[in-house]
Amino acid sequence: MNRPWSLLVLAWLLASAATLGALFLGEVMGMTPCVLCWYQRIFMFPLAIVLGIAAFTGDRRGAFYSLWLALGGLCIASYHTLLVAGWIPKTWTPCGSGVSCANQKLDLFNGAIQIPWLSLAAFAMLVLLLITYLRKTAR
Amino acid sequence: MNRRKFAVSLLALAILALFALGVWTYQQRVQKAQTQAVEQQTDRLVRAHAPTFGPASAPVTVVEFFDPACETCRAFYPIVKDILRQYPQEVRLVIRYAPFHAGSDQVVQLLETARLQDKYQPVLEALLASQPQWADHGQPRIDVAVQHAEQAGLNIEKAKLDAQRPEVQAVLKQDMEDLVALQITKTPSFFVNGRGLPSFGEAQLRDLVAEAVAQAKAMPEK
Repeated sequence: MNRPWSLLVLAWLLASAATLGALFLGEVMGMTPCVLCWYQRIFMFPLAIVLGIAAFTGDRRGAFYSLWLALGGLCIASYHTLLVAGWIPKTWTPCGSGVSCANQKLDLFNGAIQIPWLSLAAFAMLVLLLITYLRKTAR
Repeated sequence: MNRRKFAVSLLALAILALFALGVWTYQQRVQKAQTQAVEQQTDRLVRAHAPTFGPASAPVTVVEFFDPACETCRAFYPIVKDILRQYPQEVRLVIRYAPFHAGSDQVVQLLETARLQDKYQPVLEALLASQPQWADHGQPRIDVAVQHAEQAGLNIEKAKLDAQRPEVQAVLKQDMEDLVALQITKTPSFFVNGRGLPSFGEAQLRDLVAEAVAQAKAMPEK
């Protein structure tokens, strides 16, 4: 059937958009990623490649490996979103030099959207898509 | 190739093309904004205090925004020198400081004190040659830079006193203000008679200079 495969393609497109979006913000617009952003990138960038190969070859296991990457990213993105929202006490971590994860200007479109929200939404969507795909293709 | 593989390949190409288009559009917009900023404030581009190479009467002025700790500025130094050699009467170089790296401001002060001692070029060349030793971006070794400047003939005792002089401080302060106003964010940034490079690169710089020189020759001053 073609339908589960299109879920895989959708997940790959989502991961690619997130990866290129992060590269655009960082490399083209010159926004320096903070440490938490880096960890989310570490989970997101391989997804764009692994899911691409999985969709190309129609390999179900690619989705399985990707699911764990997406779950890892989901954890970091959740933490980062809570941090930006101010729900995590600032007393948890001391300040270091470099870019602050909590106080950096992370909003796009004049504050309408925070970048960690986008990351959280992307990882959550990926987890949902991949679980649905894996269930539908389960034998 | 089956249909799925074809679809995935096509999508991959489309995504990359879209990304490239986005990058290009964004960069065009940034460059346009900067060109406007420069056009509206040409007085900020060339300041009387700025160090220059080449004849003051030269019809073509190349402005370089320069950071002594920047590797690309180091790589461009022989290229810029070669352009000056190529057009000894037509081109002059104006150096504006853009100390974006940690510790660069101190090295700029060193250069300015070298200028007071008439040792600008030897000290500049010594600092660029030894850049890999002192310009570690995490931890710049200013003491190493000072050593190399001293070897190039700088009187360090005098330089230390001169560095406190208000006019040396003023140069750096003015250059920093101009950087913000002109939206200079990268080094080296070049302007040839007020025009920025269409895109960054050695060939683009050489072409723009050649074009400006040809223009100046076609319209000789009375």
